[in-house]
This record gives sequence, C-alpha cells and structure tokens, in this order.
Amino acid sequence: MLEIKKLSVSVEKNKILDNLDLTIGSGEVHAIMGPNGSGKSTIAHTLAGNPNYNVDSGQALFNGKDLFELDPSERSLEGLFLAFQYPIELPGVSNASYLKQILNVHRKYEGKDPIDAAEFLKILKEKSNRLNIPMEMHSRFVNTGFSGGEKKKNEVLQMDFLNPSLVIMDETDSGLDVDALRQTSEAVNQLRSSDRSFIIITHYLRLLEYIEPDYVHVFQDGKIVESGDKKLAHKIDKEGYAT
Amino acid sequence: MNKLNKDNFKQDSYKHGFVTDIESEKIPRGLNEEVVKIISKKKNEPQWMLDWRLKAFNRLEVMKKPDWGKVKFDEINFQDIYYYSSPKGFEDKPKSLDEVDPKLLETYEKLGIPLKEQEVLAGVAVDAVFDSVSVATTFKEKLNEMGVIFCPISEAIQKHPELVKKYLGSVIPITDHFYATLNSAVFSDGSFVYVPKGVKCPMELSTYFRINASETGQFERTLIIADEGSYVSYLEGCTAPMRDENQLHAANVELVALDNAEIKYSTVQNWYPGDENGKGGIYNFVTKRGLCKGKNSKISWTQIETGSAITWKYPSCILRGDNSIGEFYSVAITNNYQQADTGTKMIHLGKNTKSKIISKGISAGKSSNTYRGLVKFNRKAENAKNITQCDSLLVGNTCSANTIPLTENNSNSSSIEHEATTSKISDEQLFYCMQRGLDAEQAQSLIVNGFCKEVLQKLPMEFAVEAQKLVSISLEGSVG
Ligand SMILES: Nc1ncnc2c1ncn2[C@@H]1O[C@H](COP(=O)(O)OP(=O)(O)O)[C@@H](O)[C@H]1O
Ligand SMILES: [Mg+2]
Repeated sequence: MLEIKKLSVSVEKNKILDNLDLTIGSGEVHAIMGPNGSGKSTIAHTLAGNPNYNVDSGQALFNGKDLFELDPSERSLEGLFLAFQYPIELPGVSNASYLKQILNVHRKYEGKDPIDAAEFLKILKEKSNRLNIPMEMHSRFVNTGFSGGEKKKNEVLQMDFLNPSLVIMDETDSGLDVDALRQTSEAVNQLRSSDRSFIIITHYLRLLEYIEPDYVHVFQDGKIVESGDKKLAHKIDKEGYAT
Repeated sequence: MNKLNKDNFKQDSYKHGFVTDIESEKIPRGLNEEVVKIISKKKNEPQWMLDWRLKAFNRLEVMKKPDWGKVKFDEINFQDIYYYSSPKGFEDKPKSLDEVDPKLLETYEKLGIPLKEQEVLAGVAVDAVFDSVSVATTFKEKLNEMGVIFCPISEAIQKHPELVKKYLGSVIPITDHFYATLNSAVFSDGSFVYVPKGVKCPMELSTYFRINASETGQFERTLIIADEGSYVSYLEGCTAPMRDENQLHAANVELVALDNAEIKYSTVQNWYPGDENGKGGIYNFVTKRGLCKGKNSKISWTQIETGSAITWKYPSCILRGDNSIGEFYSVAITNNYQQADTGTKMIHLGKNTKSKIISKGISAGKSSNTYRGLVKFNRKAENAKNITQCDSLLVGNTCSANTIPLTENNSNSSSIEHEATTSKISDEQLFYCMQRGLDAEQAQSLIVNGFCKEVLQKLPMEFAVEAQKLVSISLEGSVG
C-alpha cells in the first residue's frame, strides 16, 4: 500500500523529517504518537503533497506509484485522504455543494457520471446521521464558523464520501467530546477493510481504544524512535514520551 | 504555490471572439453635425429628436473628457470612429424572426442565445442589438397583451413619442459629462421598456448587445420606466469579437421607478478584454443611472463585469421618493492587463431612503481593479441609511486593488456603515481543495465563486449558472 524509504523533509530550510522509513500494508492501521513538534503533521502533509513541505531526499511508493510525482489532487484521486488537524474554512461555499463537487471529481476519475441530486441527498443524510451531523450544517459554508468538533466530523464525513484506500487522520480526536469521539470512531471502524489502510496520528490512548491499531510508532525529532503493537500505546499513556 | 500549478493553462478563454461575416453598411467615419443628422435620418426620426441630438452635439464641442478614473489609455481619436454600422438591408427592420438573416440568427445561436428557441423554451424576452441596430425582439405580442412595451428605442421614438420625450434625458441630462453627452448625440439603438401601472412583468426582459463591425463604436441607449406599483427584471449581456484594436462602447442607461415600483437591472458584461499582453479589447465607458422618483420605489443594480480592456462605470441611484431603496451588487473581475474603475453613487434626497452596496473585486495577472463609490445624504434625507461592503480578492502578486469610498453627509439623522476587506486566496485553501481531488483551476474557481456568492445569487436564476462559469473562465491562466 505505502512504502516510505529514507524520507527527509524540510520546511523553510529547517530539516524536520530525517531519513524516515515506514511501510504500511493493505488493511493495516498504524498509529503515530509523539510529542508536539516531533514531525507528525509534517509526514501527513508531505504525503498529501502540501507544497510548503520540501522533500529533500527519499521515496514514497503508493500502490506502486511514486507519490512525489503526483500533484495533490492526483494523490487524492488515487485514493489518499488526509483528515486535517486544522481544517480550512471556505467562506461562501456551501458544505453541501462542496461535498457534491469533491464526490463528483472522484466519480469522474472512476469514469462514472455525476451523482444525481436525489441520490446525493439520500447518501448525505445517511452518512451525516451516522456521525450525528445535523443536515442544517450542510447549508453553512465549509468549516466557516464551525466548532472544533464540527470541523473534525466534517473531515470524517468527507473521507466517507471519497472512499479512499489510504486515510491519514491528523489528531482527528482532539476537539471531540466523549460522545463525538465514540461516534466518529464507530464511523471509522465501519470503514475499516482489508483494502483500506489508516495512519492515525494522536496523543491519546482513548482513541486507540476505539480504533485498535495493528502497529504503534513513536515519533521524536522527525524520526521513529520506537515501534510496537498496541501495548506501546498503553506504556506511553502511563509513562509519557520521556525515555 | 507554484508547485500546485505544474501546467500552464491555455489562454483560449474568450469564447465569443468570432466575427460574423455579414456585409455592413457604415456611414462615413468621424464625429460632426452631418453624422448626427445622418444617424437621425437613418432612424427616420422626428424633428424633435434630431434637435435633441444636436443640442447634445453642440454641447459636446465645449466639454472636457473626464480624467479622474484610475485607468490609463491612449487618447481616443473620436474622428477615427464609425458611429453607425448596420447589417446590410436593415433599413426595413424585419417583422418577425423568420425574416431575419440566418447569419444573424446563427451568430446569436453561437453566443448561446438561440433566439428562436428562447422564444419558445426559455420564456425570456430578448432584444438583440447588433452593432447599431436592433435585429430582433422576441415575445413582443405576449408582452403587449399586458400593456408592457419592450422594443428598440428607435421604434419607441416613433410609436411612443410622449413617453420618450418625457423621460429621455430626465435621469442623465444631455449635459451630464462627456461620454454621456456623446451618447446623446450619436446613440443608435438600445432597448425601451415601459411597464404600466400595477403590472408585474411576467418574464425576464433581456437585451443582448453585440459589437461585430470593426473600428465601430457602439452607443446604445436604454430607457426603462416602471409606472406606479409595477415590477420588471431586466438583464443585459454583451460580447464582441477579438480584435487588436480598441473599440469604444459608450452607453447610457436610464431607469425611472414611480411610486411603489421596482426595477431590477442585471448586467453580465463580457466584452472582449484584450489578449494576455493587453492588446485590443473594448473600452466600456458607460453611464447608468436610476431615479427612484416615487415613494417606496426600488432600483437594484447587479453587475458581473468580467470583460473589457477598460471598464469605467458607476451605476447609480437617485433616491428622491421617500422610503425609496437603492441597491448595488457588483462583481468586477480583472485579469492580464485589464483595468476596471467601477462602483456606484447613491444620492439620498428623500426621507427614510435606504441604500446597500456590496462590491466584490477580484484582480489577477497584471490588472488593476478599483472600487469608487459615493454615498451622499442631502439635508432633507432624514433617517437615511447606507450599508457599504467592499471586498477585494487578489490572485497573485502583480495585480492591484483599490477602494475609494466617498461620503458626503448633510443630514444629522442618517447613518453610514462601511466595511472593507482585502484578502488573497490562501495557499492553505487551495491545498485543502486539491487534497479532495479538485485541480488547481477548479479549486480557485470554487473559492472565487464563494467569494462572489452574495452577488451572484442576486442574478435571475436563468443567468446565475452562466455567470458562475464566466467567473471561472475569466480567471483562467491566473492560478499560482
Ligand atoms: N509551516 C511551517 N513553517 C515553519 N515551521 C514549521 C511549519 N510547519 C511545521 N513546522 C515545524 O516543524 C516541526 C514539526 O511540526 P509538526 O509536523 O507540525 O509537528 P507535530 O504535528 O508533530 O506537532 C516543528 O518544529 C514545527 O515548528
Ligand atoms: Mg500536528
């Protein structure tokens, strides 16, 4: 699914990621934990193609394709989805029309016709329901004036619409209350399948109790300093990152 | 954000740049008394109309051209322009669409306005003005039944002289300013609308202006009168062929709303803007003014200005009737070397008059985009209110945006609220949309359409979708 080899990344000439290796197989869930500023969002944005992050060296193969040869929209169309730590506001763009448009560009890429209005509405209701998102939210502008929790749910909703094969969730749990966390995790669990992989960036064990990871990696200064299974998350929860 | 823009986008965005190969009849070049007389004669005008024109012409000789706009262009040689051009054989205007030259019908078809079809399907009445003449007006009979007059102004001069005499020049005086006076002397065609008392006009009225002949100016004149308690929604669209030369378009539009009447006037201006190096394009120097003459009357201007090399226009409202309302909603987009200096004037004369201004300027390329507005409260305008909101959006680093909102308040009990913002499309927004699969152009267009939404949704439904597409097309090639 994803194979990262010797990846080094810098932002404005500051080296952030240093010779990173990470391989993610089909259907696997990998959790990334680590202190603030350790480079977790950097790996997420680099994989998604944010032009502020410069790839200095290394490689990332996504389903056999060289990820760094693709622009951000191509990566999306190929099945890579990033749930943003800080979702972006799009004033004047209604959430419903935005969801429809992003769905339709993906459908077009798959050679399908644009979705018809009634069908879209039906799916929108269904998916919103599952995340306990009120329909009223869709007539508001994308993320504009949304609460922290609404923004995060809206990210998961978009993921649900686009049917990605690799999902990167960047601190989707922060800003969610207990109920919202449970609903979102349940939605994510329903999307787990043998041909969909997840990278889940989080500080908290509580999310990983809902969405059980196959692997846990600890980031420090742009490197993976420790890898293990779910038990590693428990250890960090108890002892912190200090070594 | 250059990395998001791997491909350079093609500059084939102006879709209306073709020329119709049709023989035209022009009168001799240049501006003189004889030319004014010939135009009047061509239109078979009564003496009073000719006298009116000549008054304007004589006045013109002592007038100076306005020079305060933030636009730069070479001096226009007014003796070098043809002031009248018509497709051959238009001395006798065709009576119905069946008599119209198929080449002309084809032109409008290509422009996306199939006149025959629109007559049947779209339910929008169209007056099509080709260079200096109106070539077809649809739905006339149906409108006639309700007493609504919708015809070329040349026809109104013949058939409804009492209305024309009473209102022509009543909002824009002959002596107003150079281009308005020029228009008064040499105007050729345009639309005339009269909606009688108490009638809600049952369909959108629209005029489609097309410049086809080269080296020719278009000087159209539009007059709309909404009698007491009536309502009309009117839309104008404009296109021209791609040419290296600059062509002048100097129109006058006058609106009069009597007691309790409402006029909604929308413009989708898509004149040829010139090429990516700033060569060619239309000079759009237009005077549009509405008079809220009666109490509780309302005039609202909505404009989508995407074309022209230079746009210089300030659709205005004179709020004379008590409780009258003036509105101005504008999207002005400039790309490449386009220049726009546009805005509005709201002149509050009556009590409790209200005005609202929402202006969205978008500049890209090396263009310059200025909002210029005046809100004036006269001494007697008790409790008058204005709200002004001017937002500018910059695409790239080589364009400029300016906001010049002037106010003049002579009334103690009035209030003006003004808000202005300038923003850039953020890299973060583009990246976010692209992460969802939109390409750079789609992402930009989504964000820009969001920015203009408040104005776009004021357009009649039939045109809102077109306008959205136009907004996207106008910015093609400007990502990054
Ligand atoms: N846009 C940026 N400009 C400058 N420095 C940045 C930028 N984004 C991240 N950094 C720096 O990169 C390092 C890693 O940041 P990040 O990947 O966001 O950390 P995490 O998500 O693990 O908290 C930090 O030192 C941060 O300050
Ligand atoms: Mg982070």
